[in-house]
Amino acid sequence: MNAKTVDKIATAVLYAIAGIVILILAALLGYILIQGVPHLSWHFLTAPASAFTAGGGIGIQLFNSLYLLLITMLLSFPIALGAGIYLNEYANPKSKITGIVRMTIEILSSLPSVVVGLFGFLLFVVQFKLGFSILSGAIALTFFNLPLLTRSIEDALATVPNLQREAGAALGLSRWETVGHIILPAALPSIVTGVVLSAGRVFGEAAALIYTAGQSAPALNFGDWNPFNVSSPLNIMRPAETLAVHIWKINSEGIMPDAAAVSAGASAVLIIVVLLFNFLARYLSSYLYKRLTSTK
Amino acid sequence: MKRSWIVGTALVAVAAGLLSWGYATREQNSGVNINAVGSTALQPLVEAAGEDYANNHKGVFVNVQGGGTGTGLAQVQTGAVDLGNSDMFAEEKSGIDAKKLVDHKVAVVGIAPMINKQAGVDKLTKAQLTGIFTGKIKNWQEVGGKNLPIVIVNRVEGSGTRATFEKWELDGATSVDAQEQDSSGMARSVVSSTPGAVSYAAFAYLDKTITVPTLDGVTADKKNVQDGSWPIWSYEHIYTKGQPKPDVQAFLDSIMTKHIQSTLVPQLGYISIHDMKIQRDMNGHITPAK
Amino acid sequence: MDEIRESLLKKSKASRKDQFGRVISFSALALIIVVVISIFYFVASKGLATFFTDHVNLWSFLTGSEWSPSQVDAHGKPMVGAAPMIVGSFLVTLLAALIATPFAIGTAVFMTEISPKRGAKILGPVTELLVGIPSVVYGFIGLSVIVPFMRAVFGGSGFGILSGAMVLFVMILPTVTSMTVDTLRAVPRHYRESALALGATRWQMIYKVILRGATPGILTASVFGMARAFGEALAVQMVIGNAALMPHNLTSPASTLTSVLTQGIGNTVMGSIENNALWSLALILLLMSLVFNLAIRAIAKKGAM
Repeated sequence: MNAKTVDKIATAVLYAIAGIVILILAALLGYILIQGVPHLSWHFLTAPASAFTAGGGIGIQLFNSLYLLLITMLLSFPIALGAGIYLNEYANPKSKITGIVRMTIEILSSLPSVVVGLFGFLLFVVQFKLGFSILSGAIALTFFNLPLLTRSIEDALATVPNLQREAGAALGLSRWETVGHIILPAALPSIVTGVVLSAGRVFGEAAALIYTAGQSAPALNFGDWNPFNVSSPLNIMRPAETLAVHIWKINSEGIMPDAAAVSAGASAVLIIVVLLFNFLARYLSSYLYKRLTSTK
Repeated sequence: MKRSWIVGTALVAVAAGLLSWGYATREQNSGVNINAVGSTALQPLVEAAGEDYANNHKGVFVNVQGGGTGTGLAQVQTGAVDLGNSDMFAEEKSGIDAKKLVDHKVAVVGIAPMINKQAGVDKLTKAQLTGIFTGKIKNWQEVGGKNLPIVIVNRVEGSGTRATFEKWELDGATSVDAQEQDSSGMARSVVSSTPGAVSYAAFAYLDKTITVPTLDGVTADKKNVQDGSWPIWSYEHIYTKGQPKPDVQAFLDSIMTKHIQSTLVPQLGYISIHDMKIQRDMNGHITPAK
Repeated sequence: MDEIRESLLKKSKASRKDQFGRVISFSALALIIVVVISIFYFVASKGLATFFTDHVNLWSFLTGSEWSPSQVDAHGKPMVGAAPMIVGSFLVTLLAALIATPFAIGTAVFMTEISPKRGAKILGPVTELLVGIPSVVYGFIGLSVIVPFMRAVFGGSGFGILSGAMVLFVMILPTVTSMTVDTLRAVPRHYRESALALGATRWQMIYKVILRGATPGILTASVFGMARAFGEALAVQMVIGNAALMPHNLTSPASTLTSVLTQGIGNTVMGSIENNALWSLALILLLMSLVFNLAIRAIAKKGAM
């Protein structure tokens, strides 16, 4: 067999593999959307959930998910950015310590989320008396999110060619300035992609939240935006069941007659929200890239 | 560079200002927070009763979380929460010092076996059911059904439903190692979709997708639990550490009122504690209800 | 003269800024390390209690096949044999990674080398999207599609290691694929150009140059996939059947470390033997991911040379 034939066969195989993967993924998405979209309505998206009668919605859970995601990102992004910058720009890549640090981060990422959740429960909910709250949940999710985010930021920084760093150094910039003005803007599109990917995971995480943000969604007063009031949506000390936790709960213990429909609808909403994130991030990253590097 | 610093500082200042303004104008409620943790089976009842109670008592908030019976008992024992929801007597749970806890029985839950429809069995004797779960009977043919191997679906060890089932149906015997599901909803959907499967669940979860057999000719319904002819049932407990504080006692009393016991309790699939004609202690001694 | 001397001895503005950046970014990293250490300490202190407080023999814990922590055996020791779960976890993870890695490499090569346009337009967004699907949803699709399928093909109840591996395969595929794509993209362009200039066909270029250059990255991607599979709880729990029995074939109910851990933790009381035994399982999970990481590090080092 000559090289050309092998090339053709290999190309065909690769086409087939890509085709199968597309098929699996499309079937998966299609299944969720076809099952869920018919249940969606304005009422479903905004009404509070009901425990045992039909016709409950997911309004509060949806808001909780988004708010918790925001708080988590506020906590984890600066830390992950700092750690990523240190690992890629400052740390000596050959030193043993850097290797050990990288490994601890990888271990943290492979920790089952339920362990992170229980750790958060014992430490923050019980020990620090934060109670079942958005804050406890956000801290647990930050632990869960940090390794992935750090890793993706580090990778994003690593893809920026060293020429850029040398150019910065030649101009007499400190390493910190080089990072801030040259490396970060160049790496921003991939950083944004990394953030979105991890946001997706955070958004769908349930196991780490069951014992930290709690499984109940007290009624909220959407006219009250003072973060210190008990029923305010912005209060970070209130228990907050998220969408993913809600899906888990109604699938396992739900006794409302339309449990299957609610869970299908909620799953579809989850997917659609993640879809929106993706579009937004794509738009944002290309826009930022153009602005910050003034390339066309 | 300079300008971005100014903008940044201004933003932080505005945010801090808004926050402190919010803090200064927050609602000054000297509110009472009642925290309950525990059994996921009992969670919806306490939650709904808590909402009802909060509506009638301004400034009282009832926070209810799941987490499981073990978590509930452990947390109430350490005093981290006010109420610990449990599916079983605290004495039955190892690692709990039941003497420190006060039991409040709030409802009764009936538990029934459920069988996959293809097995073709709708009546069993207690001995047959025990035989099935202890692994002596392996095919539905042996109990008058179709030629189909029996697939046992257990609940997780330590779950209240399983403890009740093993105690009152299997007379304390342990069921054979088999697959386990950690929630009633899951167990039901597994039984309805797996040919020859058998499991058990609280009355609230039983529906048309599965067969509920009669046991020694007794149907699994509320009436038979109330007069004691259906043996597999248990109390739902709310534990407090020592005698409850007045606020907590008031909430517990509200759960026991006729209003809650005759509306919410049956709606959630429980049996009202007031409708029980008998009462049963931990060791199975049955006496007429007071 | 003094001015020059002073400016030479004093740290320059740039150097001070550099110092500032170093401190800021290092403290972020230090925070992560503190978190990891405290979780480690926490899991270890809980998990080791089984052996020190409850005096379970480590060897019998790892090799015993009877898991029933609330009961005691003939010697009065609690029956905590974790072997069925350890075997189950390993089988599920390895199977899932074995199926997922070739698919991921194929898809990634397709996306970067063969049809970058279609890759960027269709596959890229879809894989990113799938990472965000919660594991609960995967579990339910597994329960309603894969389990009946397995039942129809292999008989039995349909629950088992194979179903778990299939669900995990779909779950980790997007992660492994997108990470592999990143590594393939990181292979410098001139490698491709030099290979083609030497007269290599496209496949020869892919196989002999790009995949070789990307091997460490691909291995990392597949370990990340394995790590996710290993730690995944809710989805596997729904389809594996959760029987704490030694798996004798791939289609009978089995269990994994995570499924037993998640199911039991809420039903046990902190500090009791049942609870400690579960934390020991968590400790095993932790140590196993350590071993995984070390092994891959060794392989990656070899690949880099």
